[in-house]
Amino acid sequence: MTMEATRYDDGSITYPGHPRGPGGAEPVETIDLSEYTAEVVTWTTSTATPPGVREPNHLAIVEFDVDGESVRAIGQATTDDLETGDEVRPVHVDELREPGAGIREPDSQEWDGYRFEPV
Amino acid sequence: MERVAIIGASMTQFGQREGEWIQNLLAEAGIECLEDAGVAVDDVEHLYVSNMASGEFEGQTGVPNALAHDLDAMPAYTQRVDQTSSSGGAGIYAAWQSVASGASDMTLLVGGEKMTHKTTGEATDVIASLTHPAEYKHGVTLPSFAGLTARHYLERFDAPRESLGKVAVKNHENGVDNPHAQFQKEVDLETILESPIVADPLRLYDFCPITDGSAALMLCPESVAEEYADEYAVISGIDGATDTHVVHEREDPTVMGGVVESGRGAYEMSDTEPEDIDVAELHDMFTILEFLQMEGLGFAEQGEAWQLVEEGYTERDGELPINTSGGLKSKGHPLGASGVAQGVEIYEQLVGEAGPRQVDADVGLCCNVGGFGNCVITTIMEAAQ
Repeated sequence: MTMEATRYDDGSITYPGHPRGPGGAEPVETIDLSEYTAEVVTWTTSTATPPGVREPNHLAIVEFDVDGESVRAIGQATTDDLETGDEVRPVHVDELREPGAGIREPDSQEWDGYRFEPV
Repeated sequence: MERVAIIGASMTQFGQREGEWIQNLLAEAGIECLEDAGVAVDDVEHLYVSNMASGEFEGQTGVPNALAHDLDAMPAYTQRVDQTSSSGGAGIYAAWQSVASGASDMTLLVGGEKMTHKTTGEATDVIASLTHPAEYKHGVTLPSFAGLTARHYLERFDAPRESLGKVAVKNHENGVDNPHAQFQKEVDLETILESPIVADPLRLYDFCPITDGSAALMLCPESVAEEYADEYAVISGIDGATDTHVVHEREDPTVMGGVVESGRGAYEMSDTEPEDIDVAELHDMFTILEFLQMEGLGFAEQGEAWQLVEEGYTERDGELPINTSGGLKSKGHPLGASGVAQGVEIYEQLVGEAGPRQVDADVGLCCNVGGFGNCVITTIMEAAQ
């Protein structure tokens, strides 16, 4: 279980990874963000959630610092007791929403992942 | 290259259209647009249909051919234009290209969507299916992007929460005078600020409704337009652009690169600047989007759009009226129709057919946003005689 980001040959990192990075840079390695903590950039609590999604659904955009290179991620939060600037860590969850309850083909993607928990 | 003119426009009643499905809605706007333009259907050479998800919403695909048959427009060339919420703007771009290239001397564009038979959750999920798998598995929706961005904007620029509510107040006031709008009623600030939270800090009245409806425009070369109309509009500038699919990868959460780039292209093509725009229709799917587009299009400096709203600058009698139609907020947002309906409002403003919503305008702009700024089309129109 990893929260896999991609580093490119120009040093930049994205989560998730892409076949080509910023400026057309090529991927060179993966980095497991679950080993790092991050800072909350912004957050919300969504009350009008789609089929198969918990209600309410706390979400946050967070920013990791990986050896001086920043990389952002979005994900569920474990609580709405959050403030911008809080430090959070990724916590693994086997199923973030119910596969097949929504419109997307269940086999087309993974459904496990990481929630952000205040440190 | 000859200029492309708009010589007719129509839109159906927006709202909950019980018993009317996508094929009916498209035909209704298409027939009305032919009549408004005074064009015989035999003269239509290209027929474009802007639609995001008729297959997902009602299991009906192939709508362009269905519309061609229902209008008896055969053998006109037809195709569907899907660019999610900006399908309508992308349809204007496709229709403009078809005429500007010389491929068609008469192009009918019809945009529509049927949504209200689905629950809010189901409709939200159809729209959220545009997100990246890394977003979708967390239950990220378009409204949640709006909540995340609004919190960041308010905190970073020290903007009052009330300023977002005032966007909704203004657009509902404008919608009162639009007989096709889904909501033709005013809403006061207190009601907005006390309505249920949907994506904190945004509440119910910060969001557009789920809507059925259709809208249409007729395009042709300017030399042909003169045969049909004394007053018409020309598309003097148009451009489209994209931003990242994964929204959090943008360098600045308050800047929509697609708005900036498409606006820049449209201004350059029309040889205009933000100061030249007399009236604008912006994609206010969420109140915060009106701020981001005002700033991305150069109507306000970054972080200052809220101040213009507070000052009344964007009201119907203000310096730059924005969303005189009521916007998506009041008029409704039938996905594929919305960008076309923006064009209908600007066309009507420029030819003096906007009735009680009429403002003094020679140059108008519409900005149609797909996803959360993922794809954007900006169109500038000018009055012509």
